[in-house]
Amino acid sequence: MGQKSKQFGSFRESVADIPDGSTIGFGGFAMPGVPFNLIKALMEQGAKRLTLVGNTTGGAQQPRMPDMGMLVENGQVAKVICAFTAATRPTDVLPFTKYYESGEVEAELVPQGTLAERMRSAGAGVPAFYTPTAVGTELAEGRETRVINGREYLLEYALKLDYAFIRARTADSFGNLRFHRAQRNFCPVMATAATCTIVEVDEPILPAGAIDPDDVHTSGIFVHRLIQVPAEPDGLWPTKRQERRR
Amino acid sequence: MSETKGLTRQQMADRMALEFQDGWIVNLGVGIPTMCSNTDTGDRDFTYHSENGVIGYGGVASPEEEDLLLVNAGGQNVTLKPGASVVHHADSFAIIRGGHIDVTVMGAYQVSMTGDFANWKLKGQKGGGIGGAMDLAACAKRVFIILEHVTRAGGPRLVTACDLPVTARGVVKLVSTNYGLFEPTGDGFLLREIAPGLTVDEIRATTGGKLTVADGLKTVQLSR
Repeated sequence: MGQKSKQFGSFRESVADIPDGSTIGFGGFAMPGVPFNLIKALMEQGAKRLTLVGNTTGGAQQPRMPDMGMLVENGQVAKVICAFTAATRPTDVLPFTKYYESGEVEAELVPQGTLAERMRSAGAGVPAFYTPTAVGTELAEGRETRVINGREYLLEYALKLDYAFIRARTADSFGNLRFHRAQRNFCPVMATAATCTIVEVDEPILPAGAIDPDDVHTSGIFVHRLIQVPAEPDGLWPTKRQERRR
Repeated sequence: MSETKGLTRQQMADRMALEFQDGWIVNLGVGIPTMCSNTDTGDRDFTYHSENGVIGYGGVASPEEEDLLLVNAGGQNVTLKPGASVVHHADSFAIIRGGHIDVTVMGAYQVSMTGDFANWKLKGQKGGGIGGAMDLAACAKRVFIILEHVTRAGGPRLVTACDLPVTARGVVKLVSTNYGLFEPTGDGFLLREIAPGLTVDEIRATTGGKLTVADGLKTVQLSR
């Protein structure tokens, strides 16, 4: 397609230019789709005062893999925007919680569907939207609502990203992506919301045209950098989650 | 494992799964609700939706079936049924927000007699864990809750009013606990079925508001 190659030789190079103060989205829901290798590279790169966007700051599951919480612990983060600042099980404690409670890091807690829609809106040029989610709760206090056809809705604003870090199963050199099963989750919407989308790819990157156009999940127009994940131990791969109690 | 009376966690899920009607699209939340997908549902055919965009999943995967990239809302590895599909997160919540989910089953800390429920934030906690609960609670056609009947300290979870921050107001239609099956009635709870080994007096003493007992009260039905 006459594009310069989007392929990068290393995770280190692919995140080298990320400046302090960037807003970065991280794909992933539980293990699938989490860009472990890019998170690790960003920890080594050291950018600071970052705003992180993702489902959860992580750290409740064992074994622990690179997650947003590790960037927090590494002193790189000013704010997180996510659907969980605490674990679903009250007995679990997220490593992030103490940074939040001490005021060291700011957090914006957003219902998961609202979070996804705010990024879809950013990618689709919609500045804000109304949703029934969170009406009547503490999250809606003092915010703009509107009654439409007899039902109350809450105004939510689009959420733009400077960078999206995502993981896919297959990519071609143009950046067309396919995901495997639940790996997809937030990855496609984050790609549309970001100025620069960086993808870690499970399989060797294919020549353009190798993925049938009808089978592409995310168009390469939303993808800027591709890196194939090497085999272990150089690359990080999802591991079996340890089941706990009952 | 704390000492509990009445039904096991799987039985609480099994009882709830009996309510699902043929053809329903069913969303199961993290914790006990995901156990509904292990229930034998006989000849009824419905579709499980998980908030991460997996539509048409089956039971928890055995080690041979396991795909580490295929998880339910609780992050457990699950199987797919024939006809399954996957969508991204914004579309998954468009399904939810668009009113296409027939029922969502969630866990909770408290349910009130007016159908409010609380499941995202504990008392005095800064922040919390909302996940997809507020979207589901506001937009699914029905909200069913599964929870243990009393707190670890023995206090009620079916209460006159939630004293924890609510997830949504006035939406809960049915509650399955280890003590029985309940419906919020506005001024209390209707006990529809009672768990073996429990008495109505015991339930009344551990339930907020006025307890109404169904005519010809039966023990909890666990299969059709």
